[in-house]
Amino acid sequence: MEKQKVEQIIAKHKSEPSALIAILQDVQEEYRYLPEEAMAIVVDRLNIPLSRAYSLATFFTAFSLKPRGRHSIKVCMGTACHVRGSGMILEKIERDLNVKRGETTDDLKFSLDEVYCLGCCGLAPVVTIDEDLYGQVTLVKMPKILQKYS
Amino acid sequence: MRPFRANLMICGGTACVSNRSFDIKKALEKEIEKQGLDDEIQVVTTGCNGFCAAGPLMVVQPEGIFYGHLMEKDIPFLVEEHFLKGRPVKNLMYVPPETEVPIPKMNDIDFFKGQILIALRNRGLIDPEKIDEYIGREGYYGLLKVLTSMTPDEVIKEIKDSGLRGRGGAGFPTGVKWELTRAADGDLKYIVCNADEGDPGAFMDRSIIESDPHSVLEGMVIGAYAMGASQGYIYIRNEYPLALQRLLIAIDQARDYGLIGENILGSNFSFDINVTRGAGAFVCGEETALISSIEGKLGNPKPRPPYPTTSGLWGKPTNINNVETWANIPVIINRGANWYSEIGTETSKGTKVFSLVGKINNTGLVEVPMGITLNDIVNKIGGGIPDGKKFKAIQTGGPSGGCIPAEKLDLPVDYESLAKAGSMMGSGGMVVMDETTCMVDVARYFLTFTKDESCGKCTPCREGIAQLHRILTKITEGEGTMEDLELLENLANVIKDTSLCGLGKSAPNPVLTTMRYFKDEYLAHITDKKCPARVCRQLNTYVINAEICASKGHGCGVCRRECPEQAISGEKNISHIIDQEKCVKCGVCFDVCKFNAVTIE
Repeated sequence: MEKQKVEQIIAKHKSEPSALIAILQDVQEEYRYLPEEAMAIVVDRLNIPLSRAYSLATFFTAFSLKPRGRHSIKVCMGTACHVRGSGMILEKIERDLNVKRGETTDDLKFSLDEVYCLGCCGLAPVVTIDEDLYGQVTLVKMPKILQKYS
Repeated sequence: MRPFRANLMICGGTACVSNRSFDIKKALEKEIEKQGLDDEIQVVTTGCNGFCAAGPLMVVQPEGIFYGHLMEKDIPFLVEEHFLKGRPVKNLMYVPPETEVPIPKMNDIDFFKGQILIALRNRGLIDPEKIDEYIGREGYYGLLKVLTSMTPDEVIKEIKDSGLRGRGGAGFPTGVKWELTRAADGDLKYIVCNADEGDPGAFMDRSIIESDPHSVLEGMVIGAYAMGASQGYIYIRNEYPLALQRLLIAIDQARDYGLIGENILGSNFSFDINVTRGAGAFVCGEETALISSIEGKLGNPKPRPPYPTTSGLWGKPTNINNVETWANIPVIINRGANWYSEIGTETSKGTKVFSLVGKINNTGLVEVPMGITLNDIVNKIGGGIPDGKKFKAIQTGGPSGGCIPAEKLDLPVDYESLAKAGSMMGSGGMVVMDETTCMVDVARYFLTFTKDESCGKCTPCREGIAQLHRILTKITEGEGTMEDLELLENLANVIKDTSLCGLGKSAPNPVLTTMRYFKDEYLAHITDKKCPARVCRQLNTYVINAEICASKGHGCGVCRRECPEQAISGEKNISHIIDQEKCVKCGVCFDVCKFNAVTIE
């Protein structure tokens, strides 16, 4: 972890406690998780206790304290996706990648998460991988989609 | 500049984009250039058109011809036929399921017919990334009107007279809230736009921002003038990258034009807007939690009073309205409270945007006058239920709402009627359910959501919802008892009465309404150990019909390969068999079989 990079992120925001969430979001984006050293630098610059950053990091789903995978898979669990079988898609990915929801594969290739409604219910069930969105996903299509990222 | 002969309005909403509408756009542009039509015909990317079920789609203006389900391979033919030879292409038009006769014009399609567009007035008509196009559609006229000819009190009176109520769910009269904020002590005041749309199955706020971000900004500037606020915040959900991007573009453009910032339109009124990204917590849609989150703190709700109108962001008077509410403001100012209040019912004025999803033919976003019946929404605009299935229920209000059964389809859609039926308006998600949806599973589903999203601060919500969820899980797994039903109801009422914020207070609604209207389904799970809709997989027994498997499927083996437990045996041309001892009832075989040879007993 480069100290300088964290400093650069902090410099983009106001050095006030109210900027904490926004700074942590940028750190998360840079490292795909919140390294402890980075959090220490952030709270030092904002002059607040580490516990406060830690409480945010464990409250909001956008943050992770463990390294995340290079590709982020999100299975939509919105109502429309649920009634069209997204639960089975999620179970299938869990089995195929040998990973539980909310966790990351051992090779740090994929992280798997549930997300509630991506706002494209017309395409249910929906899975996103990084920036790509896949609609009307089926159990048969899913492995082929995952292959593109390996 | 010569006007274009035709504008091809291609939908750039999230659903169409993921259906590759940008590839369609490129193909159109390429073909138009090839035919030498590029100085006559223009391709425009718009926000969400609303008719997501027909995507990727485009509307040819000014004729208003609607093309849906476009594919790249259709484009050369389409351009040559329609734009070179002037013959609209019938087989790319919308065909209603029952008639099989294509409908050329968008406004003749049932989905669009019953709609009145106020919040969505510019959808599909403008490029959301161009402020000039918004201005061309009377954009920022409302702002000009208030700054040049209205006092703040007159603006507030206009909003009060219009009868506009909060579109985020609770339905508090907007003008009254503004008046409270204006009257509150203090020189520094804030206004906030709540764009933390979190209800699963609701995407109108996302769509409004994606298709017409300036309507929200203009509403906010007018509100700031009326309330005397100098700073505004838009709190937008983290999962909406496209909406965020369009919002930031819109703010920059408005600032360049002097519509936001110092001395707006040369007046002595100044106001600026900041955007805050949410970090993924449903509870932050609750106003006090949202305020905490903007302050960089944990998104925990606080007891009210004090209400934000007296003590909100950094302890200052703060007015919070939802995206759709803000988008209505410019039109009310432009056309007047009288005009607006003629739409709707006695207590619920104007229109409401709903996202119509689930087991329905015409999935999409609709804006309808208050007081329309659920039946009109489901069967006329929505085009009924697919595959000849039977309608069972419509869920409104997201995790805070309830399920309304078929016998109540004549219910008019307004705040009071929905509340009386045990549900609520909510932010506007409408999920249609048919005979293959299990109501016990639906109740359990919403509690899985609220259980995960409870912030954990107050006990009834944190512990109570978890217990409700545990009991419902028990019932869906065939372990429920009659006493559980009583316990569910008691516990649900306690949570409703004693939770701190709206999340907990409304979380039991899905349980209470499904128990009220679909008791027989609960009883089937408890006494017969059966799920009538075949959804609760632990109550199903999966078997393969030997006849169909061998004769139609020729023992294709897809189920055998997909079975995670190797519980299926068989060979090519021979019927497969499921070993019930090994079967974990995951349902994969049922789902993957193309010949419907797997049945549920």
